[in-house]
Amino acid sequence: MKKQKADLLQGTLELLVLRLLRSGRFNGWDIMQRLQLVSGEVLSVTPGALYPALHRLEDRELISSVWGPSENNRRAKYYELTDKGRKQLEIERRAWERFSGAVALILRDA
Amino acid sequence: MSFNRIKKRWRALFRRHEVERELEAELRFHLERDTAENLKRGMSPEEARFAALRSFGGVDQSREECRDARGVRLLEEFLWDVRYGMRMLAKQPGFTCVAVLTLALGIGANTAIFSVVNSVLLRELPFKNPDQLMWVWSNRSDRDKAPFALPDFLDYRDQNQTLEDIAAFSNIGLSLPGNERTERLQGMRVSADLFQLLGVEPSAGRTLLPEDDDPAQRHVVVLTYESWQRRFGGDPRMVGKTLNLNGEGYEIVGILPQRFDLPNREAELAIPLAPDADPLRSERASVNFLRAVARLKPGVTRQQAEADLTAVVARERQLYGEAYLKKTGVQLVPLYEEMVGGVRTGLWVLLGAVGLVLLIGCSNLAALSLARASARHHEMAIRKALGATSRRLVRQTLTESLILGVLGGGAGLMLAAWGVRFLLALNPTRLPREQEIGVDLRVLGFAVATSMGATLIFGILPALQGARTEMLGELKASGRGAGQSARRNRSRSLLVITEVALSLLLLICAGLLIKSFMRVQAIEPGFDPTNAMAIRLSLPQVGYPNREATALFCDKLLARIQALPGVEAVGAVSILPLSPGIRSVDFSIAGKALSPGDTHVSRFGMVTPDYFRAMKIPLLYGRPFNHHDNANSVPVAVINETMVRRFWPKGDAIGARINIDDNNTGPRPVEIVGVVGNVKHLSLESDPTFDVYLPIAQVHNDGVGVFTNGHYWIVRFKTTSQEVEAAFRGELQNVDRDAATSNIKTLDEYISDSVAPRRFSLRVLTIFSVAALLLAATGIYGIVSYTVTQRTSEIGLRLALGAGRSQVFRLIVGQGLKVVLVGVALGLIGALAMTRVIRSMLFGVTPSDAFTFATVSLLLILVALLASSLPARRATTVDPLIALRNE
Repeated sequence: MKKQKADLLQGTLELLVLRLLRSGRFNGWDIMQRLQLVSGEVLSVTPGALYPALHRLEDRELISSVWGPSENNRRAKYYELTDKGRKQLEIERRAWERFSGAVALILRDA
Repeated sequence: MSFNRIKKRWRALFRRHEVERELEAELRFHLERDTAENLKRGMSPEEARFAALRSFGGVDQSREECRDARGVRLLEEFLWDVRYGMRMLAKQPGFTCVAVLTLALGIGANTAIFSVVNSVLLRELPFKNPDQLMWVWSNRSDRDKAPFALPDFLDYRDQNQTLEDIAAFSNIGLSLPGNERTERLQGMRVSADLFQLLGVEPSAGRTLLPEDDDPAQRHVVVLTYESWQRRFGGDPRMVGKTLNLNGEGYEIVGILPQRFDLPNREAELAIPLAPDADPLRSERASVNFLRAVARLKPGVTRQQAEADLTAVVARERQLYGEAYLKKTGVQLVPLYEEMVGGVRTGLWVLLGAVGLVLLIGCSNLAALSLARASARHHEMAIRKALGATSRRLVRQTLTESLILGVLGGGAGLMLAAWGVRFLLALNPTRLPREQEIGVDLRVLGFAVATSMGATLIFGILPALQGARTEMLGELKASGRGAGQSARRNRSRSLLVITEVALSLLLLICAGLLIKSFMRVQAIEPGFDPTNAMAIRLSLPQVGYPNREATALFCDKLLARIQALPGVEAVGAVSILPLSPGIRSVDFSIAGKALSPGDTHVSRFGMVTPDYFRAMKIPLLYGRPFNHHDNANSVPVAVINETMVRRFWPKGDAIGARINIDDNNTGPRPVEIVGVVGNVKHLSLESDPTFDVYLPIAQVHNDGVGVFTNGHYWIVRFKTTSQEVEAAFRGELQNVDRDAATSNIKTLDEYISDSVAPRRFSLRVLTIFSVAALLLAATGIYGIVSYTVTQRTSEIGLRLALGAGRSQVFRLIVGQGLKVVLVGVALGLIGALAMTRVIRSMLFGVTPSDAFTFATVSLLLILVALLASSLPARRATTVDPLIALRNE
């Protein structure tokens, strides 16, 4: 059960990252800030979970990375969505909506 | 996988440091930003840093997971295992050397033999559509698979309906004059379309073409590749030159391909058969000297073609009666079968034997590896405690074995390539398709598969042992947990039992072959081979058109040689016993009604009067030939004992008459004047034959050509063979300068050469068996030695409690013996089942020969006892105090 929960969390996190990157190019720290803003206390995402997620997404070629200067002129790794990632985001979003819609339906009836 | 991903994987593997640095930088950036934010919120530098680390949530774990995401984990681990394995192997050079050597020898020997099996047995014949090719034999009432006569060939060729083409051939000796002496070459007369029929392309110039069979054309000849290299140095200008053969000019029009053998492997060249112009083409009773190859028409089966050609023979019988009485039909044998059928069993047996040796070698290695693995239990336990999975440990141990397998396999492959050439050079008889032997993809694949298989066999046990390590027990104990040892000992015992059983099997096979060989060598050849030599002589046909001229030559030479000092006796014969070649003649008993069952076949020898004395073939009744038996006197013959026993059981053969068919017209009568002892003709192992001898002066003129073509002079001497040879040559020059000599050997050499093939396979199998025995002995030594080491404290205890040293000795040896006896029992059962496989290679010995089985088993047990006694002696020298102190 614990593994399932971890997988679910992992999948959700990756979906959120894709969504966030739709609006532009960000580095890991930026993504972390936005994630905390958006999900707040509901999802306890740590940087320790985020970075592996980013690397996995990059391996699947859903996001791409490039090194560039940050605001404080330090070098940071910036991620952005690929075409493949854009398509995957759409697929996942629709799947999620269907899923959550079905769950809501069941829960409402019960 | 897309190109980008491959690039990334590549980078992750080979630019590891870069990738790691990037990861570090990325994570550090995050931590520094967080720290900066914390500082802004008013924390102290240490607090800020600490808070950043804490909110990160496990940096090391995160780093590991990022590494996992790279997708090269397995490969990375494998490369690490390889490096680690090589380090571990380098630390124990003794074990590594033994392992690599064992593997190299085992895999090398197997690959070498397999490359022979592959080229000779498994590969398709190098001809066009080889399954359409058939070898043509004539079937007779007295023997299957006989050659046929020239008119028969023309009938097959012109009257068949099922063959696309048929080409005939025969052997022919050709004289090639040289500066010093005239040489006698072995050649072949072949139908000029033979090479087209087979689909053979020349390596230079052209092959024979159908028009070459037309005698109006100039004489042409093609050389074999080997002859071209050996005799003419591979000179490309040879094509176009003319050779003087048998007094006529033959233009060399081409060289045959390198990987091709003529049907007679010793032949150096081929000239056209020209059957349509041959004087024998209408002689229905002429000599049967041709063989042929045929190509079936597409869609025609072998049986259909056989029936077709047999019908042709039936028609011949109707038309020509007597000459075809004994010819019953035609037999077609697939060319592949004809070429390699004879060596098939031997080769597979060889491959099986060498496979067994490799198995035994792997068993030894497995035992060694097990011992090595148990010594590393501590290391395994620690790694497991640090989080390595069992699967990972298994992988690592297997990788180590894999390294050994690759090294051994690579070395073995090189050994094989060299070893095959070496073995073939040693082999006294040429293998069929020997030219084609080489390393191809399938052989390479075999080498790889064998290496992998061997690796698995000797690697799997220690790998599984390593995985079964129990952490706590190992870390606490001094490495000698009782439970583990018992299991390990059982594995090792099983290995030794297997080795002993397999070695026994091999040794029994070798023993049976040795016994066969000794039986063959003990056979009496029928003549005395000591201090006698045979010289093959060929006379130019031109100078000797009839028997008178031939007899005159023989008399002259005889007189001269006999006069030489040191010569005890001298004689000549058309075919020498135990030399290649047969001369047979049909005969029937005079005075009996003729029906097919009444004609028989005998060996046929044309001899000078003193032949029997020169060969020391005993005269049993009557008289040998003398100088009164000439062209003007009654035709006489001498026959052998077997013939007398069969046809004149009452012993009254002298004076009886037989009709012999030694000419092109028909049988003629001869009177029996003497009976001599039996002589072995084809080989020492062959069955007794009927022998008929005629004096040279009385042979039919039709048969003179056979004699002048090649016959043997036997000289029994009192000095040395070299002196006699030189003297003989000198006298020969004085009588006829154009006579050509060849094949000068002593009779002892002829006998030795006739058993040479048997001797060769015996030697090879003995080498394998001895290797197996040594390996098994080493295995036994190893296990007993290890047991002694393990039980040092127990032995010390026993000795301290009063056990005698000899008791300890007997205890240890007894334990080793127990294992060996089980192995021997299994081996005997296996041998009883398996030795029938080599039945065709045995002579005078049954596959379950009790004597051999018993002797070999005893030998093995003795060797095992010896192997166990060495460590057992070590056990008796244990100092009880030291042993107990080490507990």
